[in-house]
Parts: sequence; structure tokens; C-alpha cells
Amino acid sequence: MRPFTYERATSAGDAAARVARTPGAKFIAGGTNLLDLMKIEVETPAHLIDVNGLGLDRIEPTAEGGLRIGALVRNTDLAADKRVRRDYALLSRALVAGASGQLRNKATTAGNLLQRTRCPYFYDTNQPCNKRQPGSGCAAIGGYSRPLGVIGVSEACIATHPSDMAIAMRALDALVETVRADGSIRTIPIVDLHTLPGTTPHIETTLGKGEFITAVTLPRPIDGTHIYHKVRDRASYAFALVSVGAIVRKDGGGRIAIGGIAPKPWRVEAAEAEMPRGAKAVASRLLAGATPTRENAFKLTLVERTLDAVLAQARA
Amino acid sequence: MSSLSDFELSRRGMMVGTAIATTIPSLADAASPASIAETHTASVSFEVNGEPRQLELDARTTLLDALREHLHLTGTKKGCDHGQCGACTVIVDGRRINSCLTLAVMHEGAKVTTIEGLGAPGHLHPMQAAFVKHDGYQCGYCTPGQICSAVAVLDEIKAGIPSHVTADLMGAIEPTNMEMRERMSGNICRCGAYSNIAEAMAEVAGERA
Ligand SMILES: Cc1cc2nc3c(=O)[nH]c(=O)nc-3n(C[C@H](O)[C@H](O)[C@H](O)COP(=O)(O)OP(=O)(O)OC[C@H]3O[C@@H](n4cnc5c(N)ncnc54)[C@H](O)[C@@H]3O)c2cc1C
Ligand code: SF4
Ligand code: FES
Ligand code: FES
Repeated sequence: MRPFTYERATSAGDAAARVARTPGAKFIAGGTNLLDLMKIEVETPAHLIDVNGLGLDRIEPTAEGGLRIGALVRNTDLAADKRVRRDYALLSRALVAGASGQLRNKATTAGNLLQRTRCPYFYDTNQPCNKRQPGSGCAAIGGYSRPLGVIGVSEACIATHPSDMAIAMRALDALVETVRADGSIRTIPIVDLHTLPGTTPHIETTLGKGEFITAVTLPRPIDGTHIYHKVRDRASYAFALVSVGAIVRKDGGGRIAIGGIAPKPWRVEAAEAEMPRGAKAVASRLLAGATPTRENAFKLTLVERTLDAVLAQARA
Repeated sequence: MSSLSDFELSRRGMMVGTAIATTIPSLADAASPASIAETHTASVSFEVNGEPRQLELDARTTLLDALREHLHLTGTKKGCDHGQCGACTVIVDGRRINSCLTLAVMHEGAKVTTIEGLGAPGHLHPMQAAFVKHDGYQCGYCTPGQICSAVAVLDEIKAGIPSHVTADLMGAIEPTNMEMRERMSGNICRCGAYSNIAEAMAEVAGERA
């Protein structure tokens, strides 16, 4: 790990301003992703601003009937919150499907959204990787691509976003609240938080320099059966090959977001209109334009079958 | 390659000899000015197993390395150093965490409990005693992490924190074998003592119920 200087933030606005003006500065929240990457020098911040003491660890009702989740709320506390379990079961389910009990006790809401890809070549500093080192190439294309993306990817990068929580947040149309380096605040719909790789896979979000996430807001609860179905190589403590987050109404309509296949939570509103017609119809709309590799083409079938299982579970 | 292994050798010798790990960064980074060592350190005060501790550390020091190399509490083990095995599990402010994936300086004012703090020969924690009784280990390397995790898991079930296998998110959670296995998935045991670990946990859960 490279040496860095360390300070504890005193306010969200101050933290944003400091990260923007200090070369190589980064926020550290739970640290479970950042420190992992710092140990192998994929991340090499010169300065860390610890945001754990900012008191952003509360979950509060909003005037609109939703919930406002502080950026530092731990994944365990979010999954266990009574209002979340009752009204946003999809979110609880997605959270407890991720990582391990120890990691969820540390991982934060904002850190989870901003965790970086698990592409094996991104982690291997001996390999070319456009995301880690722009312009160096992509070792995954033509390499071991089984866990990687099939849609929304580009010729520069086929990595996926690994978060389970973000899939639920996308289905729920969460809003990301931030404070920018100049002290101004804004709200980013979750659909606009993560970007597709295009020719710049090292750029992963629409956040500006120093822009700090203060909270994530959930709109009013949505009626229907909440299901999160994660398919992985072992039954626990593994990232998704494919995951389906769904809210299915009695009339068969609803919402669907897919994980494990794309650089951001994958949701196609037009595909949701097909829900009453079944998994095949939904999958063909959701996956239109997919460009899988030979190794990960199985994910197209797996999405359809997982969707089928989810819709059957909702009917049961 | 040979210079790297020489360095590794001398580093090892030093670490075994004294609590000198704080000076390693300046050795490793010979090109950097001496003042860097100053600016890259930070102090932290926390309580470890009920005792107040104050440390001046290179900011890079993980909680795991602070416990092992600075406080000489070597019960907590380093397996992967990347959050993947659970050998480093300790309990901080009542919650189990991977001490390898957090910086010591991020724990100002925290209360840390390690395997040494749970109990010792003569006055074992019930979970430690149950692991002995049920043979919940072979080589024992993962065991301190398993036991810290197991103690916290029973508290999590009691507190109503759901898991991936909890059928009803709104109902009471029972300490079933399935619940314990799922919740312990962050603790890998190379020797495969899993079923005995689950039995040890069941015994402690039963006693408490
Ligand atoms: C072994 C292992 C298995 C895992 N399995 C899964 C899994 O199955 N599913 C899953 O979803 N995840 C999994 N994870 C990932 C885990 O969920 C993330 O590491 C965690 O959510 C990151 O949160 P954090 O608070 O620790 O982030 P940190 O590591 O502290 O930060 C991550 C990034 O976010 C930035 N950041 C943090 N907070 C803010 C903020 N408020 N504003 C702006 N920027 C911010 C940091 O600067 C950093 O760049 C796994 C991790 C490990 C190590
Ligand atoms: S897929 Fe993306 S992250 Fe993986 S090697 Fe290629 S450029 Fe890097
Ligand atoms: S040493 Fe921390 S999880 Fe393996
Ligand atoms: S007892 Fe040997 S690794 Fe678990």
C-alpha cells in the first residue's frame, strides 16, 4: 500500500471541498472496497478523508412517504430496518444476498453504490485494463470473461457493476443526494448515477470531483411481491452471475432490474410492459442488443430462466 | 527478485524481534523524505479487551496489524488480508468485522474485543468451551475468527437481523442450522470443520434460549 495522509472529516461540505482541492484525495467510508484495492495498488490515494464521523447514519421518513437513508448507514442496519423489511423487502433481500455478515457490518450505503468492478484483470496490475489504466487495452475481451458483462458493455470494457444493493435501488427508483465541492447540493436519479463504459471505462459515475453522497432517498413504497433472486457459483458469499430484482403486482405487471450482466443495474422500462406475457418476452426486450462473449453467452439463457423462476414465485 | 526476498527476509526478522512495524514504511519507501513518516502517521485511542490503548501508527496500519504487531494480540489471524476468509474477525462495538479491511486509525473511541478478550483457559467463553467440546476445528487457524463470528451471529439472530435464508422478513428469527450456516459463510475453514462448528453454535444457542 502506498503511504497516504489521513484526516477525519468535520462536515460533508468541507469533505467535498477538501477532496476536490487535495491532489489524490479520496473519501473512505467502510473501507471494504477501497482498502482492498489500495493493498494491491489499484487505488493509490495520497490522502484519505474519513467520513465515518459525520452522523450520516440515520434512516428517516420523508414528507413524501418514502425513506431517506444516510450515506453512512451500514448495509446490516439498512437490511434490518423495520420499515425497509416491511415496505422495501426487495432492498433487504438484495442486501443480505451480498458479501458476508462481517462485510455488511462495515459496508455503507454510498460505498456500496460506488464499489468498483470485480473483473479479475482489473485486480491484476500485470494485465492490460482500460478501466485501471486508460488506453492499455482490455485483457478480459478474449480472456476469461465468464463472470463479465453481456450488455451495455463496449469494445473498451466489458466489466459489470457488482452491487446487489444497487439492483434493488434501481428497481425502487432511488434518488442520490449529494453535496458538491462548491457547497451546492443536487439530487441524481439512480439511473443517471452510473455511466456506461463507451471509450472511457475509467469514468464510472456522473459525480463531479469531490462530489460527496450524503443520502439515498426511496420514493413511496410500491405495491407488489418483492423478490431478489441471485444466482451464483456457491450458495453464499459470492458475487452474482445473474440476479433479478423484481416487484410484481397482482395483475402481473411491475418492475425488474437485473444484476451481473452490465456495467450498471440493468433496467429497461419497455421490457416491464411484457411482464404479463412471461419471462421470454421480458428477456428478449431486456437483452436486445446484447453482445456476449463465447464464455458468458450462457447469461442470456440464465436471465430468462431466473426471470421465469421469479415470475412463478410471484404467482405462487 | 533476489533483492525483494532479501528485503522480505530482513523485514521478517525485524518484525519477529520487536514491535518495529511502524518504521517499515520508511524503509520500504527509501526515496521519500524523512518527514513523510511524520505526516503519514496518525494517533488513535481505543479500548481493546477492556483496556484503554493509545497508538501512534502509520496510517496504513490495518486494525488487524495494529492488534497483532503493535499490541501483540496474535490470537486474531491473518488469512487472506482481503476480506475473503474471516480469519481476522473481531468484534468492534458489538459488531463482527473483518479487521484486515479497516484502518486502525478509523476506530477512535471504539471498543474492540478479540478472541483473547472473550475468554482464556480457566475461564472460557461458552462458545470457546463449545468449540472444544464439539471439535470445532482441526488446525485451529480459522478458529479465533470463527468463534468471534459465532458469538456475534447469535447476537444478530437475537436482534432480529435477517439473513439470506430468513423466510419471513417480519417474523422472529430462530437459530436454525440453516441460519447459522448462512451467517457463518464469511468464515472459511480449510480443514472443513463446518458441521462441528454448527453443532457448537447450536449448543450455545440452545443454552441461551
Ligand atoms: C470478499 C468480498 C465479497 C463481497 N461480496 C459482495 C457481494 O456479493 N455483493 C455486493 O454487492 N458486494 C459485495 N462486496 C462488496 C461490498 O459490498 C463493498 O465493498 C462495500 O459495499 C463498499 O462499501 P464501503 O462503505 O466499505 O466503501 P469504501 O470502500 O469505503 O468506499 C468505496 C468507494 O466509494 C467512495 N465513497 C464512499 N463513501 C462515499 C460518499 N459518501 N460519497 C462519495 N464517495 C464515497 C470511496 O471514496 C471509494 O472510492 C464484497 C466485498 C468483499 C471484500
Ligand atoms: S473488462 Fe474492463 S475492467 Fe476488465 S480488463 Fe477489460 S477494461 Fe479492465
Ligand atoms: S484476513 Fe481478513 S478476511 Fe481474510
Ligand atoms: S480448523 Fe484449520 S482452517 Fe479451520
